[in-house]
Amino acid sequence: MDKIPDNRAWWLVLPVFLLVAFSALIPLMTVVNYSVQDIFGPGQAYYVGTEWFKEVLADERLQDSLIRQFVFSGFVLLIQIPLGIGVALMMPKSGVKGSLCLILIAIPLLIPWNVVGTIWQIFARGDIGLFGWGINQLGIDYNYTGDTLDAWLTVLLMDVWHWTPLVALLCYSGLRAIPEAFYQAAEIDRASKWAVFRYIQLPRLKSVLIIAVLLRFMDSFMIYIEPFVLTGGGPGSSTTFLSQTLTTMAIGQFDLGRAAAFSLIYFLIVLLISWLFFTAITHADKEK
Amino acid sequence: MAEIQLKALAHSYSDTPSGPDDYAIRQLDHVWHKGGAYALLGPSGCGKSTMLNIISGLIQPSEGEVLFDGKRVNELSPRDRNIAQVFQFPVIYDSMTVYENLAFPLKNNKVPASRIKVRVQEIAEVLEIEDKLHKKARNLTADEKQKVSMGRGLVREDVSAILFDEPLTVIDPQLKWKLRRKLKQIHEQFDITMVYVTHDQLEASTFADRIAVMYDGQVVQFGTPTELFEAPNHTFVGYFIGSPGMNIVEVERCSGGVCFGSTVLPLESWQVDILKRMTSGNLKIGIRPEFIEISPVSSDDTYEANVLDIEDLGTYKIVTVQLGEQELKVRQDEEFEASIDSRIHLSFPKQWLMLYVDEFLVQEQQ
Repeated sequence: MDKIPDNRAWWLVLPVFLLVAFSALIPLMTVVNYSVQDIFGPGQAYYVGTEWFKEVLADERLQDSLIRQFVFSGFVLLIQIPLGIGVALMMPKSGVKGSLCLILIAIPLLIPWNVVGTIWQIFARGDIGLFGWGINQLGIDYNYTGDTLDAWLTVLLMDVWHWTPLVALLCYSGLRAIPEAFYQAAEIDRASKWAVFRYIQLPRLKSVLIIAVLLRFMDSFMIYIEPFVLTGGGPGSSTTFLSQTLTTMAIGQFDLGRAAAFSLIYFLIVLLISWLFFTAITHADKEK
Repeated sequence: MAEIQLKALAHSYSDTPSGPDDYAIRQLDHVWHKGGAYALLGPSGCGKSTMLNIISGLIQPSEGEVLFDGKRVNELSPRDRNIAQVFQFPVIYDSMTVYENLAFPLKNNKVPASRIKVRVQEIAEVLEIEDKLHKKARNLTADEKQKVSMGRGLVREDVSAILFDEPLTVIDPQLKWKLRRKLKQIHEQFDITMVYVTHDQLEASTFADRIAVMYDGQVVQFGTPTELFEAPNHTFVGYFIGSPGMNIVEVERCSGGVCFGSTVLPLESWQVDILKRMTSGNLKIGIRPEFIEISPVSSDDTYEANVLDIEDLGTYKIVTVQLGEQELKVRQDEEFEASIDSRIHLSFPKQWLMLYVDEFLVQEQQ
C-alpha cells in the first residue's frame, strides 16, 4: 500500500495531546514555572535559574527529612512485604473461612487515612489507649509523644497495620492463581515446604509482588496524613517526613519557589526509585 | 520397587454417595506386581486417573486399602510412598533451568551432588534433551516441557513405582512412538514397576506386558494384549480393543445354540451346557471382524448376507454386511473385491464365537 503524505493527520493526535496536557503537562509546568522564578507579587517575578534547586539541595532540614524518608520506606518494605506473603500463605484456601479471613484482613484498608492516624493516636496513648497502657503495664516505658524511638515504632506499626493487608491480598490472589498440578508435582517430587515456597510459589508471585513493592514504596514515600495526625512530626522533627516538610514550606511559609524546586526533586526521586525497582525485579531472572 | 495391591478399593468424589453411580471406582481388587510394565486402558471418565492418584496418594480412597509390599499405605502422603508420577500436561518449575528441574527430586532426596550430575546427564541423554540442560525450562516447547516432566519422574532410582497419566497427550505422533519405546527401554534397563494410563489401545499394547482394561469404575480384564484380543472378558473389552471393535449381537436361546432373527448359531457343547444352567436372559455373542470368513459359495455352515459398504484402509478392507436385521463388520485382505448389495456367504468359526452372559464372557471350565 502506498503511503499518502498528509500532515493534516496530525490533528488526529490533538485530543490525546489535550488530555495529557490538562492531566499532566500544564500542572507540572506550573510547578516548573515557580521553580525557576522568584515571585514577590503580581507582576514582580524575577528569573533565578537553578538557584532554588541549589538552595534546596543544600538545605539540611530537607536532607534530614529525605534520609528519614528513605529509612521509613525501607523499613516499610522490609516488614510489610515478607509479612504480607506470610499472612497470605497462612490464609485458608477457600470456603467460608477463606471469605471471612479476606473480609477481616481488608478492614484496615477501608479506613480513611486521617482516621487511622486518630485511632492510633488514641490507641497508643499511655493513659487512655489500650495499646500504650498495656505496654506500660508490662513494665516497658513507652511514650510516643516524648521518645523518638517510640514515636518511630508507633508510626511504623501503624503503617504495617494499615497497609500489610494490601500486600497480603495481592499475594493471596497470586497464590490462588497457581494451578493445583504444581503442588501435586512438588508433593510427588518430595519437595519440602520451603522448596515449594522458593521454587513454585515465590516465582509465581513475582508479578503481584512487583505491584505490591511499587505501591508500598510510592505510598510510604509520600506518606503525610497518618504521621501528621499521630505525632505531628515530633518529637522535635524526628518523624517529619518529606511531604510534611514540603507542605510546611509551601503553605506554612509560602515559599513557593523553593517548594516548587523541591517538589520536582521529590517527583524525580519517586520516579527513579520506582523505575529501579521495576527493572531490577523484571530483569532478575531473565535468561542470559 | 514394590508390589502394589489394591484391596476392596472404592472411591467416590461425593461425600455422601447414595448409589453406584456416585462412585468413580467401584469395589476393585487388583495387584500390580513388582517390576512389571502395565497399562491401564479405558475411555475418558472410567476412573483410571482416579485409580492412579489413589496409588500415588494424591487422593484418599473412600473405601478399601492400598498396600505396598503388603503394608497399608492409605495414610501415607505421596512423599512417604516414594512414588513418581508423570501428569498428562507438563508441569515444570519455570523459574529453574532444565538441569535444575531434573535435579530437583534428587536434591529433595538428599542425593549427593556428584551422583545428581551423573543421573541427570543419563536421563537427559535418554530423553535427548542434553543440549537443552542449561536453558530456562519456561522457554521450551510443549513437548520438550513434557520430556522434562517425564524426566523428573524417571530420574529417581529408588522409587516404588512410576505412574504415567497419559503422558504423551501433548506430544506429536512421531515423537510419541519414540518416547514410548524409550520408556519401554528404561523399564527393561532399570526394572521399575510402571503403570501407564492411556485411552489408546496401541499405546497400551506397545508399552505394556499386561493391560488392565477399566470400564465404569471397574477393572473388567487384566491380561496380555493377545488375551484381550482373542478372549475379551467383557463385551466392553471386545468393543474397545481392536479396530473396528468386536461384533456384538444380542441373541436368544435356541436348541443347540443361540439365535438372532431367523439366524441360528450352533455353539460348542460346553457352551450349550453352561447356557442351560444360566437363568439370565441377557445373552450376547461376540466375534471379531478378523475371524469372520467370507466364501464365494454357500455350504451347510454358511450364512447368506448382503454387502452394505466396503472401506479401504490401505492395507486391509473393512466390509460391512447385513445378516438378517444385524449389521456386522468383517475384516478382509486388500485383495477382497465385491460390489455393494451383492450377496456373499459368511461363516463363523466356532472357536471364535464368544458367549457373553450379563456382559461377561462364559469360559470353559477345566
